[in-house]
Amino acid sequence: MNLCVAKEVSVRVGEISILDNISVSIEAGEWVSVVGPNGAGKTTLLSVMAGLRTASGSISIDGRDLEKLNPRERARLLAYVPQHPEIPPGMKVSSYVLLGRTPHLPFLGMEGPEDFRLVEQVLEQFDLATLGQRTLESLSGGELQRCHLARVIAQSTPIIFLDEPTTALDLGHQQQALDRIRRLREEHQVTVVMTMHDLTLASQYSDRIILMSEGRIAAEGSPAEVLESHRLSDLYGAHLKVLNIDDHLVVIPIVGYEEL
Amino acid sequence: MRTESPPLRPADVRVTSVMPERLRAPGVLLGFAAIVMAAGAGLLIGPAGIDKTAAIMELLDRLPFISVDSGLSEIQKNIIWEVRMPRVVLGSLVGATLAVSGASYQAVFRNPLADPYLLGAAAGAGLGATIAIVTGSGDGVGTFDLVPLLAFLGALIAVALTYSLGYSAGAQRSPAALLLAGVAVASFLTAIQTFIQQQNVDTIRQVYSWILGRLNTASWDEVSLLAPYALASTILILVYRRTLDVMRLGDVEASSVGIRPQLVRLVVICAASLGTAAAVAVSGLIAFVGLIVPHTVRLLVGASNRIVLPLSILFGAAFLVMVDLLGRSLASPAEIPLGVITAFCGAPFFVVVLRSSKKALG
Repeated sequence: MNLCVAKEVSVRVGEISILDNISVSIEAGEWVSVVGPNGAGKTTLLSVMAGLRTASGSISIDGRDLEKLNPRERARLLAYVPQHPEIPPGMKVSSYVLLGRTPHLPFLGMEGPEDFRLVEQVLEQFDLATLGQRTLESLSGGELQRCHLARVIAQSTPIIFLDEPTTALDLGHQQQALDRIRRLREEHQVTVVMTMHDLTLASQYSDRIILMSEGRIAAEGSPAEVLESHRLSDLYGAHLKVLNIDDHLVVIPIVGYEEL
Repeated sequence: MRTESPPLRPADVRVTSVMPERLRAPGVLLGFAAIVMAAGAGLLIGPAGIDKTAAIMELLDRLPFISVDSGLSEIQKNIIWEVRMPRVVLGSLVGATLAVSGASYQAVFRNPLADPYLLGAAAGAGLGATIAIVTGSGDGVGTFDLVPLLAFLGALIAVALTYSLGYSAGAQRSPAALLLAGVAVASFLTAIQTFIQQQNVDTIRQVYSWILGRLNTASWDEVSLLAPYALASTILILVYRRTLDVMRLGDVEASSVGIRPQLVRLVVICAASLGTAAAVAVSGLIAFVGLIVPHTVRLLVGASNRIVLPLSILFGAAFLVMVDLLGRSLASPAEIPLGVITAFCGAPFFVVVLRSSKKALG
């Protein structure tokens, strides 16, 4: 079943076309990575699909037109983490994760015992239980990343959009974050759409890859279908080679390698 | 987690560990104690030299079920109930309103230096009051004092002007446009105000005294003028306390968890400006209360608006009553304008806040 369908989405800023007539559909339970060079429109596509940026065309989630939903209804269907989330000064970890419950509370209402219990479990899942009373700015990059993920999981939506969730992390934390997202998907059947720069990681974890270039979809399909040496080298303007190591696709830049 | 919540555990699990910051008894009690102490001092100290024990008796006498004879003359009783009491009550109302408005401005603009006067409220009120004074309606001869009314209207018109100007300049995308519009409106209105003042030098002293802020004309009339606005604006702001914590995520993320940041900003600015306009109308321009009080609360007990907003009300009230007491005692029987004292403490404080929030401001 298609959980999220974007039809003929275009975004223009003045004369410049950021997204050019893009149509995408995401199946329930799928993990989709949106990749492409800088300026390809990945982040814009993600924020349009998350209903946070206006665009021509239509987007529906769970069969409901995103434009006709009010922000609260929308926030119960989808959650979103930007590339650089705000770190409110002085805010405690548990309070931050509790903000994810906002769309489930009555208008101007406060959290109840069920919200506290749910958030407590989410904190435990993310190994944040002991950090609950710490302030966000006292955390390391990896811990902060877990807080952002914990907040969107506390939001309890069928689909989450993550804009470059591994950007600020070292190799080990990148892998841990993605492993965690994979476990969450299994436990909560949550659908994940994320943008990525690292093509190797994207191919390891996602079911499907959407390769973008200059506001259009250049290729779309399983990692093996999309990640192809010539196509990537052309698009990225680089010398890249896709290797298959023990059935894992690896994208590597080749120095001075002229005969690609 | 999409359709059903995970199985819940027995209620006795230590869920308190995830509870958000909330008001705790010590802070609230301290706030009330501060108000009682400030108000007590305000009622007992004054140039009339009323015996303090007798004054306490007189106060106790008004409590239900208590009847004691204070031995004070009617004039002395009048001084307590018609001069000192309204002054203390008005001071606490003004202080509470300015402090909670400041805290809410800081929340919706996510700027630790935002202040109720920032969107032109002060300049608008100053212009309104100046017009009322120079046209002669402010000397108290007429049956109706136009100064508070015109100051109130001036403040509201200025904020409305700032708002429409800011939004025509793209404040949807960046709240900074609104703040810049506030600067433009404020300097424009101040220019007009200065011009009118210079054309009417005979009233310059009166205008000046109004601008510096004072409570020495406080009466129950002013209390009843301010109270409804102060109450309405404070309640509305308090109702939004959790939403204002969501606003700390910034507009994009706040919107992604289901609130409308622009609408919240509009509602809270309207509420805070209404309260500020009413406070300014009866007390003149008292600067820095909206900065000092919320920031002190934030430094001492935490940044959540669930704490900062209610405690700002209590400590704002106590603070302004204390400042007023200082203003009328330091150079007694002369009075130092309130705005001078708050600015004297506020300006250095402003620098401290600025330095400690350097990181937050980037």
